[in-house]
Amino acid sequence: MSTRADAGQPVEYSPSKVVEGNRYGWLFVYAVLYIAFLYVPPLFLPLFSFNDSIYVAFPIKGFTFEWYRQMAKSTGLLDALYNSLKVGAVVCLASTLFGMLAAKAMTRYTMPGKGPMASFIMLPLVVPGIILGIALLVLTNQVGLELSLFTIGVSHVLICVPFGMLVLISRLEGFDKSLEEASLDLGVNAWKTFWRVTVPLALPGIIASIMLTFLISFDEFILAFFLAGNEVTLPIYIWSQLRFPAKLPSVLALGTLILTVTMVLVAVAEWIRRRGTATTKPTAG
Amino acid sequence: MATSDAIIKITSCSKHFGPVRAIDDVSFDIARGEFFSLLGASGCGKTTLLRLLAGFEQPTKGNIFIDGQGMAGVAPNHRPTNMVFQSYAIFPHLDVRRNIGYGLRDAGLSKKELDGKIDQMLELIKLPGFGSRAAHQLSGGQRQRIALARALIKRPKVLLLDEPLGALDKKLREEMQLELRALQRNVGITFVFVTHDQEEALTMSDRIAVISQGKVLQIDTPTSLYESPNCKEVAGFIGTMNFFDGTVKSMEEANAVVDAGPLGDVRTRPFAAKLPASGASITVAIRPEKINLNPSRPSASHNVIEGRMSAAAYLGDRSHYYVAVKGRNAPIAVAAQNVNAARSWLGGQDQPVWLSWREDSVILLDR
Repeated sequence: MSTRADAGQPVEYSPSKVVEGNRYGWLFVYAVLYIAFLYVPPLFLPLFSFNDSIYVAFPIKGFTFEWYRQMAKSTGLLDALYNSLKVGAVVCLASTLFGMLAAKAMTRYTMPGKGPMASFIMLPLVVPGIILGIALLVLTNQVGLELSLFTIGVSHVLICVPFGMLVLISRLEGFDKSLEEASLDLGVNAWKTFWRVTVPLALPGIIASIMLTFLISFDEFILAFFLAGNEVTLPIYIWSQLRFPAKLPSVLALGTLILTVTMVLVAVAEWIRRRGTATTKPTAG
Repeated sequence: MATSDAIIKITSCSKHFGPVRAIDDVSFDIARGEFFSLLGASGCGKTTLLRLLAGFEQPTKGNIFIDGQGMAGVAPNHRPTNMVFQSYAIFPHLDVRRNIGYGLRDAGLSKKELDGKIDQMLELIKLPGFGSRAAHQLSGGQRQRIALARALIKRPKVLLLDEPLGALDKKLREEMQLELRALQRNVGITFVFVTHDQEEALTMSDRIAVISQGKVLQIDTPTSLYESPNCKEVAGFIGTMNFFDGTVKSMEEANAVVDAGPLGDVRTRPFAAKLPASGASITVAIRPEKINLNPSRPSASHNVIEGRMSAAAYLGDRSHYYVAVKGRNAPIAVAAQNVNAARSWLGGQDQPVWLSWREDSVILLDR
């Protein structure tokens, strides 16, 4: 297979190149298969969102914007989207704030029980979502709290803080601790030092944490399923609509839009991260 | 130095990290306007001592006074000290002007006053016109100067420097040593300078504290430290030293005769106040450059020994020779300026040579 791939290209008569070519041939096939496995399934979303048929199946019938029109008219879907955005926005800010405080404590202070504390904060990551969901539901009932977007938001903060903390710990460990000491040494108090040195230098991490935790909240199903009241988030709404085949294409249309926005966000986040590392790495000299 | 004019007083200060005694019951004063160095091998506690002065660490025991004020519980931002960090700690998100002016941001100065002070500092560190450079566009030497300016703009009573020249290459380092010394005289601020480089400490300091394992071994001027170290450890750490074990044979009017084994009878003229008793076991120490190398037996009646050239290293301005002596395993180190061409010594491996030294070149130390 690889030799045929080589044959199509301009041939270079170097023994080492031939060996490399063979190896790259296999790796190339592996890489293509892997990327296809990752990205082809999501591509069905845009494909069928423009397909002029209620049934999500081949062959493709024709091109239409009908499902996007239906989506825009479906108040239930738009309400759910709005709820998800609202919860996500609050959750990402809250969990990044808590994550930042935890990360600062973990990286900058020595205190008794630091190790156990870190594992404790990480615990929601390893507890199965369904267990956590039931536990929180029981707790909410005991406390007498009404199920609402608020209860969903609180549960999302619980699972998002570890992610925020991990992202920010790696960021805070990435820059020289003496930068903060220098600020203190120059007469600036700890609080102002946090805002003038720590936050600007951790900014790429803060943005990454905000985006990551937003996406986790936006995407989260199990906890929302247990803790939702009358108002539902988007994943719950989509799941409830799967029973009605006629509604599915407009869900695909929404999915396509979310996919597009997500890809743009990820690209922006990566760009910010790269700019961040370029400006905080000191040049040797 | 007059203790009455001490700007820093350290009184029986200790700092423990768990079971490790980083600083172990240290007491000394630093005089106002002094260039004071803390010298020691890495891990000796010198940086810990500096961080105690800056307030990043609190002493486990003892007190530190800066300009008469007790520093117990005083946070770094309330101390009259500023620090030049080993890594320079230039804020990467700020340009040069904002880095230098960082400490005066809340001082309530007008923009014009602040700009004036920053320009003054840029002038002082010989980087005028660099104000708008971003932090990552600076070389190591420039970072070092900016870290210095950023600390000096606060007009601290004491400037703390943590191996600030360690990251620079040799030539730049030597340049900066002189420049830093001149700058210190110029601004008249007390400098406390941490270094592991004994040559650097000797070049720059008014006084040096030699630190080992959290204890201060000796505090003295560079000359005294080099010429009359008070113990074997200091003598060995500052420069090179030849040590010989010996026993005092006689002691007359501050002139000792010491039986130093393979060296034979060494005559000394100890200038130390503390004179060894007759029969005491002591160490005889002689600096390599204080030993003369002779091609034939010199006429002197004592302090002469025959040896064989075992190795030689040519260093341009001077040469180092290693001379083997009967009855001693380690060769004796000899350093000589190459006033004349040094070749005659270099060629002669195993060539017989005569070593001689003056009575006042010999240092007697406790064993």
